[in-house]
This record gives sequence, structure tokens and C-alpha cells, in this order.
Amino acid sequence: MNVFSKKFYGMRLPAVLRTGASHCRELLASSHSGKERKRMTQFFQQLINGLSIGSVYALMAVGYSLVYSIMNFSNFAHGGVIMFGAYFGFFFLTLFRFLFPVAFIASAVCTAVLALVIERVAYKPLRERKAPFLYFIISAMGASIFLENLVIAIPAIGPTFRTYPEIFNKQPFKIGELAIGKLDTMMFVVSAICLILLIYIIDHTKIGKAIQATSYNIKASALMGVNTDFIIVAIFLMGGFLAGIAGVLFGMKYTVYPQIGAITIKSFIAAVFGGLGSLPGAVVGSVLLGIIETFTSGYLSSQYRDLIAFALLITVLVVRPMGLMGKVTEDKA
Amino acid sequence: MNNEYIIGILTLAGINLMTVLGLSLLTGFTGLFSFGHAGFMAIGGYTAAMMTVKFHWPFIPALLVGGLAAALASALIGKVTLNLKGDYFCIATLGFGEAIRLVLDNVQYFGGARGWPGIPYYTNIWNVLGINIVAVIVLANLIRSRHGRNMIAIREEELASQIVGIDVFKYKMTSLMISAGYAGIAGGLMGHYMTFLQPKMFSLAKSTELTIIVIFGGLGSISGSVLGALVLTSLPEILRAFYEWRLVFYGLAVIFIMISRPEGLMGGYELTPSSMKKLYRNLTSGRRDKLQGEGGGK
Repeated sequence: MNVFSKKFYGMRLPAVLRTGASHCRELLASSHSGKERKRMTQFFQQLINGLSIGSVYALMAVGYSLVYSIMNFSNFAHGGVIMFGAYFGFFFLTLFRFLFPVAFIASAVCTAVLALVIERVAYKPLRERKAPFLYFIISAMGASIFLENLVIAIPAIGPTFRTYPEIFNKQPFKIGELAIGKLDTMMFVVSAICLILLIYIIDHTKIGKAIQATSYNIKASALMGVNTDFIIVAIFLMGGFLAGIAGVLFGMKYTVYPQIGAITIKSFIAAVFGGLGSLPGAVVGSVLLGIIETFTSGYLSSQYRDLIAFALLITVLVVRPMGLMGKVTEDKA
Repeated sequence: MNNEYIIGILTLAGINLMTVLGLSLLTGFTGLFSFGHAGFMAIGGYTAAMMTVKFHWPFIPALLVGGLAAALASALIGKVTLNLKGDYFCIATLGFGEAIRLVLDNVQYFGGARGWPGIPYYTNIWNVLGINIVAVIVLANLIRSRHGRNMIAIREEELASQIVGIDVFKYKMTSLMISAGYAGIAGGLMGHYMTFLQPKMFSLAKSTELTIIVIFGGLGSISGSVLGALVLTSLPEILRAFYEWRLVFYGLAVIFIMISRPEGLMGGYELTPSSMKKLYRNLTSGRRDKLQGEGGGK
């Protein structure tokens, strides 16, 4: 079964979404009284916030999933790459005073190169030796420690929190009683464009076909004349590019600091939730996780937000380790 | 440098070593990777501290209860996740470790995220040393027993060992529980050394550090784990002059070890009197045995 096949896009929506939709309808139907109306507004507000943060998670999660689909290991250095993206964007905007879209693209290109360098230095020697996946993970952890502490150690950057210059004014769009932040809208739009572009590349270009084939069976596709080394370069470049964009968006929404990588672990959870190695899975998982997180902070307490995320991770692994849409992991031994 | 400082570092190394020994059994001898051992340390640490502070138990029984609590927790998590393949077990332990930390952040009985001060100072170099010696002896004997050999067989080839009749799940579970028990005792030692516990101390970074020590020392080697714990715990102290850069080098060193010498410092080779004699013979005769163990070439 192909991980990227069309079948997955047409798959029935998970139960969570369906119940969510029925909840919406129910609220709409009974929203005449003031109290109900307020509840409904709050509900949609949370939903919008969740979608916006979830879409950024998706940008990060596809990076994890792309690498997993081909190389079968969790690339924990990805968090470091995202963090570098946030810093690149910050310095391009403040120090070099790039135009905003230029800074965006420039930092994405930089992180793409960074991801590729990590692949060449930390993974390629292991690949050539056909090392077990554990060595890849440890190497990735080493790279992640290196990146995080490099930022702290460079005197010009240091461990301080930095805030992006204000690009959009704080005045939100108003739709009825709903307030939609401009930044949130931009995050969603940019993420959606990137993800659609990625899925287009995977589905409709020659290199995309090659990536699909390689994710299905790396040896067989090498025998069929696919340059698998180039495919690996391509996925790291793509993942790195998206990581840069995600980093800039994340930095704009919150602040920039060296431990951002620890937050990106949540996008990894999203990738596992959706099914490691499946791109649509990563997207669906991320959006769901984003929504679950904002609903937890909105209705319960923001203290439980991370706890819920990790509890979700364990539950998914116990109940359905392949995630919502992942490939079935039968050990072939 | 005064003596107290060096003893302090050695004590810390000994506490780390205790967890690393357990992790070495799980990773080096059974072939399961865990990124959640800081979580087991946390369980052990908080349980032991609860015993001494709230119930006024003596130190050693409190430690044992801490280890037992960690082992029980590991049995619970192992029951549901040990059947997972590949790095899914890894991810599950990662999630578990972080979840423990986040739960402790919200338990006000233990001081929550602000931490728990005022734990009595019981840990010193001598009881750490004593516990570690016992731990090494137990581990060495376990590995040489039938059970230990079964675990090694699972590491080498899980399917084949299942075919010859080894109860893979049972041995994985035993290995996980023992290693979690070690981690729990180490957590207790740590709490009574720092006299302070905070969930932040048991983050993913700590789990990663422990796994890295095991890899650095060499998979499948107890003496490697001992050396690894001593070297890697004291290395940041030696590099303290380059305080900010030490972890940068640490990260680079990890990558370098992975790509150049994945079998680690010792690589399945034990430092025992007889092996030293053999090494000496080989060195003097100018011939070198190829190191055994995981070559990383599979």
C-alpha cells in the first residue's frame, strides 16, 4: 500500500473531526440566547487558533514524516533546524533589514542548506555503513544538542529571548464577534500554500514519483534507476525549507529562544499521531493536535496542554501505533 | 581544585553511573532504546524523598522503595509498549518520560514545578560507591546467567531467539524492570544528594544524556558504561572554562562517535583481570584481536 496514494486523501475523516462537526452544528442550532452565543463564539475562536497553530505544526511535522518515510528514523535534529529558521528570519529582518517576504524565503533557503549539511555530516556515513536506526537517532540527538548549544554559545545570539519586529498590526479581522488575528491568518495561509505545493510536488512531478517509489522500497527503486542518494538530498532540502518557514512563523507568533526545539517535539508528536511516514497523516495529525491543544488551554487549563499532548502520544502508540494514516509497521526481521 | 570538588564530581558520576548501568542492560544487552529513563529516575527520586521526608524512613529502605516504584511503573508502561517495533518503543518511552515530568509539574504535594526543597542530605561518595559496586556485581552475574544470555540473544536476533523458544516479551520486560529499578535508585540518590528535586531535572535532555553515555561507553559492555559515566560526567566539569562551548563540543563528539566508532569506547569488550592479561599479551606480541560486539554494520 502506497503511503502517498490518493486513497489516503479520500479517507473518511477521523471520528474526532466528525464529532467536532456535529458539535458545531448543534451549537449553531441553539445559539439564540446570549450565553449560548458566547459559548459558540468561544468555540469558534479556539477552533481558529487551533487551526493556525496546527498548520504551523504541519509544516514541521511533514519534515519529520518525509525523512521517516524514506530513512525510517525520527530525525530529532529537525527541531534544531526549525530553531535556526526562527533565528535566520529574526536576523534577516532586524540586522539586514530584508523585506519581509525576502527574509522568509532567505531563511528557508538557509535552513534547507543546513538540513542538507546535517544529512551529509551526521547521516551519510551511517547510511553508507547501513547502520541500524538507533545510530541515526543518536546522531540526530547529537546534532540537536550541537545546534541548540551553538546558538547559546555564540556571543552575538546567546540564550536571551528575542521578539520579532511587528509586521502586522495587532488589529484583528472581525467576523461577527469572532476576532481573527492577521498573523494567525497569515500563518494559516502561508502554511496551506506550502503544504499544497509540497503535495503537488510529491504527486505530480517526476521527482515526487521517485520519492514515493523510494519510500515504498528503497532498494527496488535504486534498482529501477532512481538515484536514491539524490532523493535523500531532495527530502532534506524540502524538509529544511519548510522548517525555515515554520521557524519564522513560530518566531513571529511567540518569541525566539534556543529551546524552541523542545516545542517542536510537539510537531513530532503530531507526526506520530497522524502516522509517521505519511504526509497527509502528518497534516491531519498536526491540525488535530493544534485544535486539541487550544481547546485544552481554553476549556481546561494551559497547564495541562503539554501533558495532554504527551498523553495523546502514548495513547496513540498503545492503541494504534501506525497512527491515523501511517503505514502498517510489520517487522520484517 | 580541592578534594571536596573532585569528590562532588565523582558522586555525581556515581549517581549517573547507577542509571547508566541499568540502561546498559536495556540498551547494550537487550537492544531496546529508551528516551524515558529520566522519568524513571524522577519516580524513584520522588518516591524515596517522600519516604524519608514524609514518613521518616531510613535512607536505604527508602531508596529500595523508590527503585521498586520505578520498576512497577516500567512494568506498566512495558506491558503496553514492549510489543512495539523499531523506534516506536523509543518514542513511547520518550512520551512517557515527558509525561511523568509534566504530571509532577502539577502535583502540588511534591511542590509542583517550583521544586521540592528540604530533602535530607544522605548521599555521599561512600554509599554511592557501595551501591554501585553491588549494582555492577548483580548486573555482571545476571548477564552471565542464562537469563542474561537470553537477553543478548534477543538483541542479536529477536526472531531467531523467539524461534528457539526464548520468551522474548518476558525477557524484555525483565530487562526493562531491572533497568528502571536501577534508575529509580539513582533518582533517590540524586534527590538526597541535591537535597532538592524539581521536575525540570528529569527532562528529555537528561534521558538523552544517559543514552549517549551508554553508547559512548560501548554497547554491551559494563566496564564501558562505567568508563563512559566517569568520562562524560566529568568532561563538562573539565571543560568548565569554556562553559558555553562545552555542550557544543559534546554534541559534535556524539556525532563523531556515531560516524567513526559506533561501537563506543569499549564496544562489547569487558575490562576484567583476565581480559587485561590477554590485552597485555596481544600488545606485547604486536598482534591485535578484532574487537567483538556490535559493529554497527548490520
